[in-house]
Amino acid sequence: MKAIIIDDEPLARSIIKEYLQHHPQIQLLAECSDGFEGVKAIQQYQPDLIFLDIQMPKINGFEMLELIEQPPQVIFTTAFDEYAIKAFESHAVDYLLKPFSRERFDKAVGKWLAQENNGAAKVNLTSFLDSAVRTPAEQQRVVVKLSGKISIIPVDDIHYLEAADDYVKIHTKGGSFLKNKTMGHFETVLNKDQFVRTHRSYMINISEITRIDPYEKENHLAILRSGVRVPVSKAGYVKLKAVLGI
Amino acid sequence: MVRSPITVSKFRNTFFGWWAVWALLQGLLIYGYGYPFEIAAIDSIVTNILMLAACWMVTNILRFYMPEKDRKWYILFLSIILSLMVTSAAKWILGYAYTDKFSPGYSLFLSNSFCIRLCIAFLLIGCMTIICVLWYTVEEEQVNRQRKEDAERLSRDAELYKLRQQLQPHFLFNSLNSISALISSQPEQARKMIYQLSDFLRATLRKEEEQWVKMEEELQTLELYLDIEKVRFGHRLTTFIEKDNACLQMQLPPMLLQPVMENAIKFGLYDTTDVVTISMFITKENDYLKVVVKNPFDLETSTPKRGTGFGLNSVKRRLYLLFARNDLVETEAEDHIFTTSIRIPQQG
Repeated sequence: MKAIIIDDEPLARSIIKEYLQHHPQIQLLAECSDGFEGVKAIQQYQPDLIFLDIQMPKINGFEMLELIEQPPQVIFTTAFDEYAIKAFESHAVDYLLKPFSRERFDKAVGKWLAQENNGAAKVNLTSFLDSAVRTPAEQQRVVVKLSGKISIIPVDDIHYLEAADDYVKIHTKGGSFLKNKTMGHFETVLNKDQFVRTHRSYMINISEITRIDPYEKENHLAILRSGVRVPVSKAGYVKLKAVLGI
Repeated sequence: MVRSPITVSKFRNTFFGWWAVWALLQGLLIYGYGYPFEIAAIDSIVTNILMLAACWMVTNILRFYMPEKDRKWYILFLSIILSLMVTSAAKWILGYAYTDKFSPGYSLFLSNSFCIRLCIAFLLIGCMTIICVLWYTVEEEQVNRQRKEDAERLSRDAELYKLRQQLQPHFLFNSLNSISALISSQPEQARKMIYQLSDFLRATLRKEEEQWVKMEEELQTLELYLDIEKVRFGHRLTTFIEKDNACLQMQLPPMLLQPVMENAIKFGLYDTTDVVTISMFITKENDYLKVVVKNPFDLETSTPKRGTGFGLNSVKRRLYLLFARNDLVETEAEDHIFTTSIRIPQQG
């Protein structure tokens, strides 16, 4: 059994390490102090379990998990996170609220071990990450990975989003990025006054729109500042008009 | 309850002064018509004592019943009734006391002068009524303003208290977690951190907003806070404080700088993955205590353009409530350094 600790505070890592000494079957492979190191270490060691803090530099624990194709099982460790605690209860293997006792830690690890041994259904993190309530900071950025490099895109830089099979293509001023998410996900995550789903496959940052032209019957085209023409369906046009107040 | 004008000595003195002058004038007038001095004096005194009673009634009636805006005829009605009562009573008393036996023609004079007496009484009582209406209007307004001010002060105090109490629970729980980790490996260090945390919490519990502290004291609290944060974040956090010794005796509201420092640390540490230095410069600028805090931030991913960003709003709001000024907090983002400047006016 392989495990990794990801937490930005050294003492917080040391207490997990100390508690883990009482579980010799679990082998601690790495300690990471931020999400970037975490992504690398998970790819390198393919752990069975990670202990993950939520509040971390640059990208938080949830955003880190979004960057991993098949995330391992997670025990969240956090001090206080009004946004997350509710969501954990139904979705994570377990969550530990700092400071936690060794008994509480053993219970969480025991729960995970029992799950592994029974071959019980693994907790589906993907659905959790889709539904997780976003913090204000998270609403302001999108974290993507392009050929191993992690980028943080401020939402203001996004021009529009385009559905592409199982991915969403994020078009920004600095190029486009693919993210393994649905349009529905972005509809819940992004600010509704800024981003409008104008079409089944398109979502536009309204501050980028310069003109809306009629196109074929009942459809429209939004012309963006970059010159790109984005389709607007009949229903999308109604939504767009409501947000723009026209 | 509003005050009656009679209870105010300035008003009372003026009123009795004028009353005496008027009584004297009336006496002299009747004396000038050729009646004996005694009769003139008694006539004036009786009439004016009755007038005095009427005026006293006016102040009391209006004190408990002020006419509505659209019922100003009530003032006229009140004045007419009272002047009729005063004049009739005076005529009856004087006519009963002095018959023509003592002073021939006096009863005729009383009947003939009834109309002019009524007019004078109406004018005087009307004046008194209008003065009272004005007086009570102003008084009521003052009471209302006072009540409004009291309510505003109470809510301001409550808000100030709340703003100071916004200690991040993150900080507290994470510090306790660090202590828990230190207990087995470095018990002495754990104990030290408990003391620091206790001292810091005590400082945050100070209650009265009016009770300003010296910069020296605020710095001690701040250093406790920074020491705790340094244990938490290890080598990643370093701080640098440059202070002008002249500033140490200057005053500021308690716990004003801690949230500023907390913001700087939060955004410095969570916005980069490198070692972070937070610096603080304390200087005296004219009559202001000036504190400048600098922290690194990432130009690419942060959005300091959104307002003051960085959650300095509570500090701004507090300074606004204390000084009614919005220009005391300034922020600037340049070359990966975010600068927060705070100026604190010195009292007295």
